[in-house]
Amino acid sequence: MARQGAAPDSFSFDAESEARIAVIFAKYPAGQPASAMLPLLDLAQRQMGRVTGSAWVPIVAMDEIARRVGVAPIRVYEVATFYLMFNTSPVGKYHLQVCTTTPCWLRGSEEVVHACRRATGIKDWKETSADGMFTMTEVECLGACVNAPVLQVNDDFYEDMDAESTERLLAALKRGETPPPGSVKGRQTSAPEGGPATLTSLSFEPAE
Amino acid sequence: MAKNTAKVTVDGIEVEVPNGSNVLQACEAAGKEVPRFCYHERLTVAGNCRMCLVEIEKAPPKPWASCAYPVADGMVVHTDSPMVRAARRGVMEFLLINHPLDCPICDQGGECDLQDQAVGYGLDHSRYAENKRAVRDKNLGPLVKTTMTRCIHCTRCIRFSTEIAGVAELGATARGESMEVGTYVERALSSELSGNLIDICPVGALTSRPYAFVARPWELKKTDSVDVLDAVGTNIRVDSRGSEVLRVLPRLNEDVNEEWLADKGRFSIDGLKRRRLDSCWVRRAGKLQRSSWPDAFAAIEAKLMGLDGSRIGAVAGNLADAESMLALKDLMTALGSTSLDCRQDGAHADAAQRDFYTFNTSIAGIETASALLIIGSNPRHEAPLINARIRKRWLQTHMPIALIGPEANLTYDAERIGDGPEAIAALLRGRHRFADTLTKATKPMLILGQAALARPDGAAVLAACWKLAAATGMLSPEWHGFNVLQTAAARVGALDLGFLPGQGGKKLAGMLRGGVDVLWLLGADEFDTAAIGPDTFVIYQGSHGDRGAARADVILPAAAYTEKNGTYVNTEGRVQRGMLAVYPPGEAREDWKILRAFSAYVGCPLPYDDIDALRARLEQVNPVFARIDALPRFPASDRHGPAGDPDCMQADAFTPWIANYYQTDPISRASPTMAECTRVHAPATVQAAE
Ligand code: SF4
Ligand code: FES
Ligand code: FES
Repeated sequence: MARQGAAPDSFSFDAESEARIAVIFAKYPAGQPASAMLPLLDLAQRQMGRVTGSAWVPIVAMDEIARRVGVAPIRVYEVATFYLMFNTSPVGKYHLQVCTTTPCWLRGSEEVVHACRRATGIKDWKETSADGMFTMTEVECLGACVNAPVLQVNDDFYEDMDAESTERLLAALKRGETPPPGSVKGRQTSAPEGGPATLTSLSFEPAE
Repeated sequence: MAKNTAKVTVDGIEVEVPNGSNVLQACEAAGKEVPRFCYHERLTVAGNCRMCLVEIEKAPPKPWASCAYPVADGMVVHTDSPMVRAARRGVMEFLLINHPLDCPICDQGGECDLQDQAVGYGLDHSRYAENKRAVRDKNLGPLVKTTMTRCIHCTRCIRFSTEIAGVAELGATARGESMEVGTYVERALSSELSGNLIDICPVGALTSRPYAFVARPWELKKTDSVDVLDAVGTNIRVDSRGSEVLRVLPRLNEDVNEEWLADKGRFSIDGLKRRRLDSCWVRRAGKLQRSSWPDAFAAIEAKLMGLDGSRIGAVAGNLADAESMLALKDLMTALGSTSLDCRQDGAHADAAQRDFYTFNTSIAGIETASALLIIGSNPRHEAPLINARIRKRWLQTHMPIALIGPEANLTYDAERIGDGPEAIAALLRGRHRFADTLTKATKPMLILGQAALARPDGAAVLAACWKLAAATGMLSPEWHGFNVLQTAAARVGALDLGFLPGQGGKKLAGMLRGGVDVLWLLGADEFDTAAIGPDTFVIYQGSHGDRGAARADVILPAAAYTEKNGTYVNTEGRVQRGMLAVYPPGEAREDWKILRAFSAYVGCPLPYDDIDALRARLEQVNPVFARIDALPRFPASDRHGPAGDPDCMQADAFTPWIANYYQTDPISRASPTMAECTRVHAPATVQAAE
């Protein structure tokens, strides 16, 4: 089966990306194009996702970025491999990034992991499901511990997850739907379940 | 007025160091050794190994990385306090956590910084019971062997390749526990300086591939010598055991090679054991037959008998030492011959004045230059260490550099302003703005390569370049910016000795096609031997069975550069001496002794019985040979130019001088390592050139 994300032989930014590149370069001082390396890596990864369905940065893309920002290719390889947000190998259409750091783990991230495995057939980290839909990656704290456990799908955080909500989410993704991100328990950002418990009435009187 | 030095007290010793120094340098000035892994004098400061910790009074009370801490006036430093010792022990323990305990099978053993410093700061046991990290080895090509599990991530190799070698191919990918040093996309390092990585790697992660598992450093005899595989005159140390040269390392010489050595000089030595001529051969009935010295001499004498001197010629090869060239010249003079030539490539040379054929700015002088014009040369292949100096200067100042000649990737920006003499003419007429750049520069220089001289209009090009130098302010009482880049180690010495056609003598071209009846080749293999006339009797005196020996009628086996005491003059005109490290194989003898013996055999003994007498004769012929190792800087006091008419330059473009950096002489052609490099790089160098 032809897997999406086989390493391409060449890479060039498409018109949509090029429009962004102009904006990106404009942000940095003249003569310092290397500053644009990170945004360009991100842009390349997004373009790959948009065009091929697999958001990753192949080596040919890194080489192209090196050329655009005027550094040796190895300097781009160093940066791209340093940041875990850049995928240096192909990923599925949905990149499941499960946080297993302590707060999420205490709140049941293992359940989420098991549910992901069950629903996708993936056995181990960094694996892609047979249908090419999902890749599962273990990530460190995503900074949303207050709504732990957290499952990040591509750019979206799904919070307050458990086995059941994970399965529901993956089923929806398989159907091609994109459920709204955020707390699956319906919390308003990180407010307590069932609504805010403090600051419920607005009063601007100074406290006694 | 602000002082530009700072007074620093290190362990009670007061030293005065320039502002901008770091604490580690101050400690060294005070004679205190500070252990280090990542710090290297010639590289940028990374400050990542933390081995160089010291205590600094009044600074926040913690150990400080001395290599990355600038000195300040009145600073008080302790390099041996309990805090320092504990801190270094801690660093060492962390370094050893992931370092394999494989010293017994590691080639760095005995000259490993980690080993040495573990003796000073290591624990005698490990408290780490987890699995050690293992890293997959990288393939960096035929020269550098990797054992990346040993890497301590000092990043010296990354900085060396990026900064000094100018090929940014090594890097650190991923991070933390997963960090690896390598090229990411597997490739052989495309640098002619890659062997130096082996020297700067403080541990056994990068070692010499050809030398793998060959010897331990303490078994080796170390002999000081000079590299002859290019004309830089790199100072080397020849490490030998018994009769075998096992490795060559650079010796420190700030004026020539700093502490580097180019790959050909380092790795060609396996060619010293192959294709060696170890006995005399005489051609009888069309077949070369092994023979004795007397038989060989008899065969030559029989041929010379009654022959007029004008029918005899001699050619000196590119690796010849000055002593043997002088002995050959004296012998030829005794035989009545004036047909001498040292330029197998036919390069034009004007020996009227020394600065017409030397690198007058001097190699170290490049570091003060402010603009550079390269003509018909690719210094990266012709003299990698001179190229490294140019790069060093370019990194410091981004001096403008222009190139006239074929496209080349020189590791610095060089604007290509033409490919042949017409570009020189344009500069002379002031028609190109780079002429302006040169004139405005305070210290402009030009480098003239052999590719521009070894052509029919060589004299015109030489004269034109001198004229250009004069016109753009390169020749002044304070500065000499006119440089000829030689590529043959023997060349400047030969020109100093006048190993050139004398009165009525022939050049090499004139000796070919029957121009002489007897042709004496002193290690001369770099010309088309098929052009020698079929009836010419050829004597090949040399070390290797290469082109010259194949055509010879008599072969006289001689010593290679590691097997004799010899004097060489580098492209700057610096006279240096190499010492005998091992004895020549079999019947082979030192060249001058062969010539001296032959002269006695034919009854006109050369007037020197030992090398000292011969060296006295060298000095007599040219006093420059008395100035060993020194290079007095000669400003351009005499502005009189070399002979030649600049208007006679032809239109043909300059061609590349060296087709394959790795094989340029009989030794490197005999070397399997160089053959492997050729296989790997010859196509790659073409690609890398873009
Ligand atoms: S390979 Fe050697 S020089 Fe390079 S980072 Fe590792 S230890 Fe340092
Ligand atoms: S631990 Fe999972 S988001 Fe912080
Ligand atoms: S030598 Fe100072 S941190 Fe490595």
